[in-house]
Amino acid sequence: MRLFGLDVLRFAWGALVGYPSRALLMLLAMSIGVASVVMLTALGEGARSYVRGEFASLGTNLLTVIPGRSETGGFSPSTLMGETPRDLTLADAQALTRSYSVRRVAPLNVGSAEVSRKGRVRDTVILGATHDMLALRRWQIMQGKFLPKIRWNRAMPVTVIGNKVREELFGTEPALGQWLRIGDRRFRVIGIMGSEGRSIGVDVEETVYIPVASAQQLFNTSSLFRILVEARSRNSLPAVEKYIIKTLQTRHQGVKDVTVITQDAVLLTFDKIIGALTYSVGGIAAISLMVAGILIMNVMLVAVSQRTAEIGLLKALGADHRQILSIFVGEALLLSSLGAVAGLIIGELGSLALRQAFPVLPAYAPLWAIAAAMGVALGTGALFSLLPARRAAALDPVTALSRR
Amino acid sequence: MPVIQLQQIHRDFQVGDQVVHALDDINLQIDAGDYLSIMGPSGSGKSTLLNLIGLLDRATSGHYILNGQDVTVLSDTEQATTRNKTIGFVFQSFHLVPRLSAAANVELPLMLAGMSVEERRSKVAKALEALHLSDRAEHKPDQLSGGQRQRVAIARATVTEPAVLLADEPTGNLDRKSGLDVMGILEALNDRGITLIVVTHDAELGQRARRQLHMLDGRIHREEQEG
Repeated sequence: MRLFGLDVLRFAWGALVGYPSRALLMLLAMSIGVASVVMLTALGEGARSYVRGEFASLGTNLLTVIPGRSETGGFSPSTLMGETPRDLTLADAQALTRSYSVRRVAPLNVGSAEVSRKGRVRDTVILGATHDMLALRRWQIMQGKFLPKIRWNRAMPVTVIGNKVREELFGTEPALGQWLRIGDRRFRVIGIMGSEGRSIGVDVEETVYIPVASAQQLFNTSSLFRILVEARSRNSLPAVEKYIIKTLQTRHQGVKDVTVITQDAVLLTFDKIIGALTYSVGGIAAISLMVAGILIMNVMLVAVSQRTAEIGLLKALGADHRQILSIFVGEALLLSSLGAVAGLIIGELGSLALRQAFPVLPAYAPLWAIAAAMGVALGTGALFSLLPARRAAALDPVTALSRR
Repeated sequence: MPVIQLQQIHRDFQVGDQVVHALDDINLQIDAGDYLSIMGPSGSGKSTLLNLIGLLDRATSGHYILNGQDVTVLSDTEQATTRNKTIGFVFQSFHLVPRLSAAANVELPLMLAGMSVEERRSKVAKALEALHLSDRAEHKPDQLSGGQRQRVAIARATVTEPAVLLADEPTGNLDRKSGLDVMGILEALNDRGITLIVVTHDAELGQRARRQLHMLDGRIHREEQEG
């Protein structure tokens, strides 16, 4: 190599500064491409961590027992629907508490009923729950107390209402200690749930909580929607899962008719979905990088014809094929790396803005996406400058010099 | 000792379905330190001959021996290296890179030669000084007069200390006074041993050379030589 890399850079820099509008145009295209890759993947990663966080708030030691057996096991839509060959009962739930590895068990009943007070009526999701539910779901009470610690099969006319339900039924009046009507029964409000703590599947603020036995009476059923089991540690999860299945099998006359879902299985599925989304969105953004590459090719072609005389001169001064090539490829590389850096800064600033605007979404671009964006930017820059550079190198010096 | 030997050089161009003989059986020998002018009307082949001597163009047939080496058989890259080392060009329209300072323009051939930065700097300074351009080193071409631009171009052509200096209508874009000034500089370089070849259609200018070639239709029509 007769030409120093540093000289190529210096020369390229001079050329860029010499034609600022051209350089800015290419810089813009490159930086938009890189910025969109960075921001979109940041968004995807943010969504992923958001979902992860949601599940973590649910407790990773959590097992969900659903009536009905899905033959393949794992997580599938039918297991969520919960078909019921044999009902889960409060006695089943009670039986699950008899292992040391089980920290908490929460039987659950869900239904919908009219909640009314002084002529205001609202159709609301009713959750039949127990005292332990609060700790198990990491919920927090805003005012008053959660459901009392009583025997599960004991009904009691007390209720905890979500803050939105309170607003709609009580307005500015105090709600604690007041009575309201759920279906055809009267309940006394003992607590109010705020939005503190997050929860998937349940809008904490729009739900009304009553003791599980009361819910069974209200909906006239003896079965449970599902049972949540919290293991004492992550390591004991497989053992607890086996224990649950075995216990319930014994209680159900030897039929394996329940499904146990671990949080991990659900999380993994969401993780996969969001991961695929992130990849595809990042891929779409990478296409804009290719477009930027094509723009670079066009602008470089214009540059070659603009600077024909200069190329002729360089040849007359003894520049060979390789030197002309490296001058133009170097120029494109310099441009695309500047564009990539500018794009990275814009993308990171955009992600920062996203994080400011949506604090729940930790939008940080993953390292692989940043590396890939930079790599693709440089790659397209080099690739798409090859054609113009070759054209420049192949110019006939005599004709090139005679052009002014 | 001849620095340039041309043996039965032909250069044909295809124009449409016609073959134009731009150079037609040229035989020429130029000694080191010679001062040669090539004259003739436009289309006579004088520029083609200069480009061929400058290795910017290749002969269709014949041999070109430069410094004892047959350069017609060299590859493009080898020719580029030879051009860089042994030939300096001065053009009618100067061909300075507009965005580069005078010093950076002069530095170009040294950069292409892969010379170290320190070595370049001292050579460029010397070349500029020799042409009384030291105070113009950081000026851009558009801040220089025509005569100054051509002097920068001459500094660039001579900074590599080439054996041969080729000038294609070097005064064509200059007023008379700057033109004479530039010719004086070129001739002073020739006095110090460089082989100078000037292409011009200006008879007065051409007659300053010791050897004068008159070209017509691709052939050397007439040659005059002083003492």
